[in-house]
Amino acid sequence: MYEIRIHGRGGQGAVLASAILAQAFVDEGKYAVAIPSFGFERRGAPVSACLRVDGREIRSLTNIYRPDCVICIDPTLPRMVDIFAGIKPGGTLIQASGQRAGAIERPDDLATLGLCDAVGIALAIFGRPITNSIMLGAFARATGLVSLAALTGALEAAEFRDAGLEQNRRAMQRGYDETEVLSLTPELVP
Amino acid sequence: MNNMARIAVCDGNEAAAWGVKLSRPDVVAVYPITPQSSLVEYLSKFIADGTLDAELMNVEGEHSVLSALQGACLAGARTYTATSGPGLAFMFEPYVRTPGLRLPMVASLVNRDMLSPQCVWGGQQDVMTVRDAGWIHMFCESAQEVLDTVIMAYRIAEHPEVMLPVNINHDGNYLSYAVSRVEIPDQPGVDAFLGPKNVNWHAALDPDRPMAVDPLTGGADADGAARFVAYRQSLCRGMQTALEVITDVHADWARAFGRNWAPLVEEYRLDDADIALVTIGSMSGAAKDAVDAAREAGIAVGVIRIKTFRPFPVAALARAAAKVRALGVVDRAVSYGWNCGPVCQEVRGALYGSPSPIPVLSFIGGLAGADLTEAHFSRVIADTAAALTAPPAALPVWLNAREEGTPR
Repeated sequence: MYEIRIHGRGGQGAVLASAILAQAFVDEGKYAVAIPSFGFERRGAPVSACLRVDGREIRSLTNIYRPDCVICIDPTLPRMVDIFAGIKPGGTLIQASGQRAGAIERPDDLATLGLCDAVGIALAIFGRPITNSIMLGAFARATGLVSLAALTGALEAAEFRDAGLEQNRRAMQRGYDETEVLSLTPELVP
Repeated sequence: MNNMARIAVCDGNEAAAWGVKLSRPDVVAVYPITPQSSLVEYLSKFIADGTLDAELMNVEGEHSVLSALQGACLAGARTYTATSGPGLAFMFEPYVRTPGLRLPMVASLVNRDMLSPQCVWGGQQDVMTVRDAGWIHMFCESAQEVLDTVIMAYRIAEHPEVMLPVNINHDGNYLSYAVSRVEIPDQPGVDAFLGPKNVNWHAALDPDRPMAVDPLTGGADADGAARFVAYRQSLCRGMQTALEVITDVHADWARAFGRNWAPLVEEYRLDDADIALVTIGSMSGAAKDAVDAAREAGIAVGVIRIKTFRPFPVAALARAAAKVRALGVVDRAVSYGWNCGPVCQEVRGALYGSPSPIPVLSFIGGLAGADLTEAHFSRVIADTAAALTAPPAALPVWLNAREEGTPR
């Protein structure tokens, strides 16, 4: 079982990202369950979504408290939310940020860091900071757990409110291409 | 899976909508309410796209939803609706009338906790307030079970010896919005499973055959009283018969589609267990995971999951409980004035008179959207195991309560 927690803000598409990722994993023959956290639904408020992936049927529908991987699709969120709560030693962080790796706050025992200037890419493509599809590309690049092809296929089944499929496809590709992957503590990787 | 099934990745609300679509209802009446809204949005989309040939009635509230469907069902239509929490409360008057009219409706309850305090999240207080309204109640653990059970519900409701409305319960938030892999059966397979539509043969409205529906019945005179009693007895018989029908329909489903859901109570790792958790609804997956972990640690524990809650499966529950020496019942609702949750109350009632009484502990959690985690179930397992050697506490354990000593 591999557990992922996605952090974002209302309107950036964190919940939709979890559903697209679940679709991509299922298309590759795995079992996946995506569980959105629920709070007050408004733009800009911190939101999160949980995703479990396994080779066999998944029964638990609870939130995730010990993630293997955290995907943070908003660069300002770590200032107000403890995005690392419960993250396992040897875990992975996929962070949307235009800063250099040295400036990214992270636990000492983090093994893998994927960095992507998702807001910069989003502003260029969508004209606003909608980062979900970009950060899914970043996740695929940094972890190799899902193929870009499966993710692109899953995009096609999704319904986007704020942008077209073609834009999102380009965004995902750029997220994949423009993610810097750092191996920090390879000895901790399980 | 049957040959033509396809794999979808969808949430429980969409799974329910697929179950409805495949069952080919004639009339769907809706009023949106959290966390049910997306379910009826999926149905409206099917109807707008022309892939579901049904009349969609957008009415002004839940009272009208069910009143409109009563007329449709009396006219012989297969019907569907869904609601949650306060929507169910607003539906109450036609809701209690439906079983007495013997209208074989199917409706989803996307379970939501009840007010007050104001709350829009999951909980089973809504369904527990109507447990004795005369509807059949089934509870699902997964989105797949939601889809399958919605279809099965039409066979159960429309069975000539049952003729009762069925509520399919699926937990708000945890099942309504959790996205997972779901097999969608093919239409010919479902058509064959449901057979020819024969919804309301007993009282279909017909201008050539006028009749009074729901005339004034009962009163103080012996004849009126006896007539009212006869209606009640007939409904009670329908409920009892439903136990067999539900079992048969689940067996048919397994033959047709290969998924073998327990019809009344599911037993999980129970045969060699000393104790068992009793669960209902979407909490059961985490409970099973906690049981697997406890087994690794040498605790012989299993799960009894209640699928059918009305009619209450007294005999099946007693048979399952007879395999263990203590039960820990987890409720997602409160029964005011009782020092236990409603499911616990019913389990204790079902075991009354048992030749070897066992402790039945009450745990209440998951209210108003609270998460019931593996850690909570580990606590339930530990407390229930302790009851094997020492008398258990008389009061329920509130699983999401603030720990004593923590700041308010």
